Amino acid sequence: MSKHRVIPGFGLSLGFTIAYLSLIILIPLAALFLKAAGLGPGEWWRILSAPRVLAAARLTFGASAAAAGVSVVAGLLVAWVLVRYRFPGRRLLDAMVDLPFALPTAVAGITLTSIYAPSGWLGHYLAGWGIKGAYSPFGVFIALTFIGFPFVVRTVQPVMEDLGSELEEAAVTLGAGRWTVFRRVILPSLVPALITGFTLAFARAIGEYGSVIFISGNLPMKTEILPLLIVSQLEQFRYCEAAVIAVGMLIVSFALLCLINLLQRRLDWNRS
Amino acid sequence: MRPVTTESAPVRWLLISLAVLTLVLFLLLPLLAVFVEAFRRGAEVFFASLHEEAALSAVRLTLIAAAVAVPLNTLFGLAAAWLVTKFRFRGRALLVSLIDLPFAVSPVIAGLVWVLLFGARGWFGPWLAAHDFKIIFALPGIIVATVFVTFPFVARELIPLMEAQGSDQEQAAVTLGARGWQIFRRVTLPNIKWGLLYGVLLCNARAMGEFGAVSVVSGHIRGKTNTLPLHIEVLYNEYQFSAAFACATLLALLALVTLGLKSAVEHFTHHQAARHK
Repeated sequence: MSKHRVIPGFGLSLGFTIAYLSLIILIPLAALFLKAAGLGPGEWWRILSAPRVLAAARLTFGASAAAAGVSVVAGLLVAWVLVRYRFPGRRLLDAMVDLPFALPTAVAGITLTSIYAPSGWLGHYLAGWGIKGAYSPFGVFIALTFIGFPFVVRTVQPVMEDLGSELEEAAVTLGAGRWTVFRRVILPSLVPALITGFTLAFARAIGEYGSVIFISGNLPMKTEILPLLIVSQLEQFRYCEAAVIAVGMLIVSFALLCLINLLQRRLDWNRS
Repeated sequence: MRPVTTESAPVRWLLISLAVLTLVLFLLLPLLAVFVEAFRRGAEVFFASLHEEAALSAVRLTLIAAAVAVPLNTLFGLAAAWLVTKFRFRGRALLVSLIDLPFAVSPVIAGLVWVLLFGARGWFGPWLAAHDFKIIFALPGIIVATVFVTFPFVARELIPLMEAQGSDQEQAAVTLGARGWQIFRRVTLPNIKWGLLYGVLLCNARAMGEFGAVSVVSGHIRGKTNTLPLHIEVLYNEYQFSAAFACATLLALLALVTLGLKSAVEHFTHHQAARHK
């Protein structure tokens, strides 16, 4: 590394970036970890093993995993259609995929609730089949799928666009049918992107709050998610409980993101 | 004859229909419902809900929070992108991951950290109370929570863009005797302006729509510390559905404008790239 950098501004941009990052992100997060670390392992166990926390954790992680799983299937279909086919309205459809990114979560929450409530546009069909849309764990799943779905499309799409047709053509000359080509040639090269998309959707779903609290009904032990539990602990001034649950959630999220980083790096390394 | 690397027409149209159906039922319907519910009790109720004092003060507060958070994070995004794309130094990879950190943090936790620092029973709570300065349940809290959640947006857009462009042009400018600020304004900025605009738009959309983090620090004081999303929640919980959805149309329109501009920016940069080739 040379001492004399050609382009100016190293010191200034380094100083500002580090100072701002520390003030806004690192110090506040450190305060959270310190708060939680101030409690002994016994306290941690007492807080995290409370039945209400366990029930909320089961719902949060379970619904997030299910939503991310469904997002992978739907996202793959939508990405495939957007990349491979040309049809009228394709660009509009492509722009629509980002709607859950742009629509504020509170708006998503109330509008999904109105649609999936027993009297809503889709809710009354579901009610006809005996399924409760809003105010049930299924409602949580619906909201989390809405939130997570664009992550899968937007991670798979660029990879799909870069796939060359040589391998597919080779497979065809070797006598493979279309389904075999998809299953044996195309799908394997999309798997890393699908896993990344799943993880991003899952990580986002774990922390999601605004779109869920309206549709879930928020019954403790039944339809209460972890972020809501943190809020209700805070409202009762139970800072320690809130901090411990928050740190638990953060550890899971960070572990997930580290995992995809490692996975990406290994795949990049394999390719080169 | 169709190429060997595509599906037969019926399969193609089946897949297209399935995808369109998914997007319409799953994404378009909720968007449509916002407007239908907002006008359910007529245009008069709709406009009255927007003219209400509490709604106006919520809009004001939302605009103030965004007006502070977006420029701050834009400045940070530019500095951080300049730092990690123009220079190589130890800890650079770590820094890039740290910038993304807020994406992995639940909005509720983004609010919680400020309560632990500045809340009545937080680290600096007693000191703030002694000096009669309020952060939590007041405007400063809403602003810092918004800054936290919108922190990575501009940097995230600029870093890949500036990485791909390299720094040859900036180096050439240096050898021609340009000064730092000149290089940024005359060389870098014209190259990144569309990416920058898009990052700012996303940052702004999130800043104005943020709910979880702001809800934790705001205290829901009507007419005082309710941003637009919080005002919507209050109305909804009071069963004033038409009013809640009327206010929600403002945020839905903001989302639509953001998406429209995004498509326009993408379209424009795509054509620009094609021209340069």
